[in-house]
Amino acid sequence: MKSSVFFGTLTAAGLAAGLASAGTLDDVKAAGELKCGVSTGLVGFAAPDADGKWEGFDVTVCRAVAAAVLNDASKVKFVPTTGKTRFTALASGEVDMLARNTTWTFSRDVDLGFEFVGVNYYDGQGFMVPKSLGVTSATELDGATVCIQTGTTTELNLADFFRSNNMSYEPVPIETNAEAQQKYLANACDVYTTDASGLAATRATFESPADHVVLPEIVSKEPLGPLVRHGDNQWGDIVRWTLNALITAEELGVTSANLDEMAGGTNNPEINRLLGTEGDLGAMLGLDKEWAKRALAVGGNYGEIFDANIGPDTAIGLGRGLNALWTQGGILYSPPFR
Amino acid sequence: MSVTAGAPPPEGFRLSQLINDTRYRGMTIQIVALFALMLAFAWLISNAITNLEALGKTFSFSFLWSTSGYDVNQRLLEYTSQSTHGRAAVLGIMNTLVLALVGCITATFLGVLAGVARLSKNWIISRLMTVYVEAFRNVPVLLWIIIVVAFVNETLPSPREFRGQETGAIIFTNRGFYFPEALFSRGLGDWDLGLFKISVDLMAILAVLIGGLFVSSKINSWANAKQAATGDRPNVLWYRLGVVFLPVILLLIVLGFHLGFAELKGFNFKGGTYVRDSFIGLWIALSLYTGAFIAEAVRAGIQSVAKGQTEAAYALGIQPGRTMSLVVLPQALRVIVPPLISQYLNLTKNSSLAIAVGYMDATGTLGGITLNQTGREMETILLLMAFYLVVSLTISFFMNIYNERTKLKER
Repeated sequence: MKSSVFFGTLTAAGLAAGLASAGTLDDVKAAGELKCGVSTGLVGFAAPDADGKWEGFDVTVCRAVAAAVLNDASKVKFVPTTGKTRFTALASGEVDMLARNTTWTFSRDVDLGFEFVGVNYYDGQGFMVPKSLGVTSATELDGATVCIQTGTTTELNLADFFRSNNMSYEPVPIETNAEAQQKYLANACDVYTTDASGLAATRATFESPADHVVLPEIVSKEPLGPLVRHGDNQWGDIVRWTLNALITAEELGVTSANLDEMAGGTNNPEINRLLGTEGDLGAMLGLDKEWAKRALAVGGNYGEIFDANIGPDTAIGLGRGLNALWTQGGILYSPPFR
Repeated sequence: MSVTAGAPPPEGFRLSQLINDTRYRGMTIQIVALFALMLAFAWLISNAITNLEALGKTFSFSFLWSTSGYDVNQRLLEYTSQSTHGRAAVLGIMNTLVLALVGCITATFLGVLAGVARLSKNWIISRLMTVYVEAFRNVPVLLWIIIVVAFVNETLPSPREFRGQETGAIIFTNRGFYFPEALFSRGLGDWDLGLFKISVDLMAILAVLIGGLFVSSKINSWANAKQAATGDRPNVLWYRLGVVFLPVILLLIVLGFHLGFAELKGFNFKGGTYVRDSFIGLWIALSLYTGAFIAEAVRAGIQSVAKGQTEAAYALGIQPGRTMSLVVLPQALRVIVPPLISQYLNLTKNSSLAIAVGYMDATGTLGGITLNQTGREMETILLLMAFYLVVSLTISFFMNIYNERTKLKER
């Protein structure tokens, strides 16, 4: 099994070499579809619905990029990746971009050779415990058995948190969210830890979500964002500015409802530049004028995507918190379209 | 080829002979195939190198000496999150080896038992064994592992359900089983070898035990010699038992041996020997799965021994049980051992499925978290392959020695 993985890697590397000469943008256009790495199933962020159609917060980012580049939001091939396989998948060219609750860290950016194009969700690692345990703070968890999704920054933060608080614990590393969930619900671990947004999403799928509490301590900074391979700056720019377009649109009040009206021309020059009625920002990216308009047509602006997938009215019920716009007390801030 | 064909052809060697002449054709094909193979490998390797360079990655094993930053649950060596990736890899390797060792032993027991029982004249026993063999041989081992672990997790009580209850010496929870541990109140401490520590108590006990066994075997050969010389065998059983057990018991008393029991403290039981649910699940599933294959090998081996052997043994008045152990099985071993080797190798390699249930074997530490945190796919996978290769070759080597000893001596 191991050797097949190895030769698989070699073959994938070989195939990537054949393609490496052309830019990712040309590859995506030639293939007619965007290959987007997502998680294996985290409701609200990326999970197939009852009809097998992928949907979620991260999925919409992929669709927005596909709409901007290919003029068709449905031309995305979603590749489910685990915490462990995602980087190999991206590095080998198996996917063109990753939108998979991936934390932007120094070593991933610098050493692994990836380019984080921005942050689409500011998160932090939290702990979930059954209410019946009576635990109110993560500092009371000395000696607990902790289920972790392996291959993430989570297990490093966890080790640091318990060490700095002089506590011991029993780590149970699990490959996917589903299996960790099963172990947690069977009481084979006391605590389940991952990013707070992931905890909320996981809890929403439980039979009785009210029996579980997320502890107040957030033990890390987890800026989650889409990423691409190092070295193809044009492609990196496309993904980066598609994400920025979603954020800027919310700031400027462009929504899916008024998109067509605004695209007819407004008094605000930045909206006009964004939607392509003034200047030609699209050409600088190697796209046409209406790229951002198409990206916005997929699920609306950032706020709309947030509310539809993980917002307070959904089962996941996350508040905007840090992810509110900078004008509304959050830290979400896009550079200007100029 | 005829030698009376007359004079050799007047012309010398022609190139077309390489293909048309049967004397050279085989050689030509082999050389071409060899070149093609070398080219394919050269292409793969150069491709890997160019692509690693294109990604800006170097090929280096220096990550093995950097801080790992993560914790490992089953630690046979001292390890903290401040230890190195290399040490985490060693830890994982030891976890793999422990699992493979106990798995091979129980699989052999199960296999021999089931293989013999499958040929039983008792209809129920032989059918039951058929069901066992077919059920385990024909379902992927990963499913068995997950089923067994889920069974442990879902059916046994969690530690907190033991609160306020009297717990016995052995405690079965859904997080694993707790057994009493051996403690020494006047222990000799540990012997620090830098890389790892060895318990001096354990070494002392082992030394005394081996010494006792050696003296016991000396007594036995003395008794044999006496029997050969005089025809009278002195009764030495009690002496033999005495020299093995008395010194060990004496040493245990001197060291202040006592048992430590697990106690519920906070979230989990503390103390005692903790065998994790993941380990139990893997152990049971791998043993049952591989045992089914071994059972078939054993059955084939037994059936390969001519029926006349059994009949001859019966004619001499040897009981069925002893016929099996003294006459049939020794001859069957010749057929059993070669497939047994590959079953041991299979079990060892299948143990890499451990990550599915959270057991941190070599694939879980080196090929899992370390790979992910350092991004050194090529290096870690190469190391893992080398590790499994070395383990498999070592098992093969020793089993082949055993095979040499059991095979038919041709004189």
